[in-house]
Amino acid sequence: MMLLHWLLPWDFSVTVLAFCLSMVVLFVRGTRARALHHAALSRWRQTSFYLGILLLYVPLQTRYDYLAQHMFWMHRLQHFLLHDFASFLVALAAPWPVLGAGLPASWRSSLRRLWSSPAVRSVYAVVTQPLVAFTLFVGLIYLWLWPSVHFRAMLSLREYKLMNWSVALDGLLFWSLILDPRAQDQGAAMRLGTRIPLALLTMVPETIIGAYLSLHRGTVYTVYEVCGRLWPVDAVTDQQIGGLITWIPASMMCSAAALIVLRRWMYHDERVRNGAAAAVAVTGSSVGAPPPAAPALELPALAGGQT
Amino acid sequence: MSKPLQRLAPSRMSSSLATILAVTICTALAGGCGGSRPATSPYHAADISGFMPPLAFHLRGPAGQPISEQFVRGKTTLLYFGYTHCPDVCPATLARLSAALRQLGVSADGVRVLFVSVDPERDPPAVLARYASYFAPQVIGVSGSDEQLLALTKRYRVAYRRAPPDAQGNYDVYHSSAVFVFDPEGRARLLVPDTEPAAQLAEDLSSLSAG
Repeated sequence: MMLLHWLLPWDFSVTVLAFCLSMVVLFVRGTRARALHHAALSRWRQTSFYLGILLLYVPLQTRYDYLAQHMFWMHRLQHFLLHDFASFLVALAAPWPVLGAGLPASWRSSLRRLWSSPAVRSVYAVVTQPLVAFTLFVGLIYLWLWPSVHFRAMLSLREYKLMNWSVALDGLLFWSLILDPRAQDQGAAMRLGTRIPLALLTMVPETIIGAYLSLHRGTVYTVYEVCGRLWPVDAVTDQQIGGLITWIPASMMCSAAALIVLRRWMYHDERVRNGAAAAVAVTGSSVGAPPPAAPALELPALAGGQT
Repeated sequence: MSKPLQRLAPSRMSSSLATILAVTICTALAGGCGGSRPATSPYHAADISGFMPPLAFHLRGPAGQPISEQFVRGKTTLLYFGYTHCPDVCPATLARLSAALRQLGVSADGVRVLFVSVDPERDPPAVLARYASYFAPQVIGVSGSDEQLLALTKRYRVAYRRAPPDAQGNYDVYHSSAVFVFDPEGRARLLVPDTEPAAQLAEDLSSLSAG
């Protein structure tokens, strides 16, 4: 009963429900399809995905959203989940090829056509540039925390939804780039060696704004005073807790990502060294030949290249 | 390298394009933030025109009758949430609003203050009416069922919550401190913080009715 209380919608949004449900349905279908072809997904990958989707659903759709609207630190926790934690878990599961495999066959081919269209490709090429990815990821934190922008976002329902969606979707994009299990020679959009400094670099602006909010003694965000807090918490205390959440857990996710990528980089280098001769022979033979036919299940183009 | 990979590899052109885009985003962010500061606003209060919904509600009126936004149609309406057992903020705010109305003089006839009690159990219509009469004739005490109050507070994105009662059964209600101002057509116009003095509020109300 208590669980249901926290899972039922507070402000029902069809978009959130449709997004989360379709992600889950596609992932279940994709997992089944892969198991049939002896490419079963590990249990941790599945857990990471489902937990991530659940943690996207809860702050976007349930009663928790009400708390986040009326306490600054609850709002920062909501954005930590959307921007740094839930989207991190989803990306860690490397779900895109699985979701592609879960699509009905007819949708898959039209989606592949759309994905390889020049317009989509050029947008993808731009947003996956390290500088752009960094600016979007950090810029969204600063944009929505800018006092006048924040004030409006907490009052206008439309801007509030835009804020939460932009933060969640950019989180998914950023962590998918950083945590892509493939190296660049396997089709990833960004070099393994670029991703580590990129993940570590995002800690700097996050630390600056988090430290500012947790050490500042005046009220920066008046909207919570105006609209009422749910507990009689002092405005500065609320702001300090919010600042700490923006600062420490968010930075921890960046360090965790850097460690994961570092491990993959080391393994990748080892593999490349061990199989250098063989790899050269294989790639050498495919130059000039027509691109290999797409495997039946994977949707390689969806993940940005071949798997 | 096979063909699809060549297509994906960032060319020099796309990376310079990316730099341009990044710079544009930065400038837009900085510009947008600076630009949204209401430097030219004629009001002391925050201007909420266009981004909050028009006045609409279903509540219990001063005589216990069901009322809707039609009840204050054609009047500049000040919407404020509180409760009569409120120890400090509510009486102070209502006193401030009444002072502003007195400063407005004759034009205060076109203004109504909706004092919405978020504590309907302890605030039946008679209690609310007596409480409202301490302040100004334009102040109207209204309330509603929990569902009605929740719908209204959700609409204006404000919080209210009853704290657990003490040994004597007394309890506090946490609520918003701001006053929403709607024009006679019911459009949301201003959000007045509780730090705004009565004189500034009176100025805001007269510039609102002036255009």
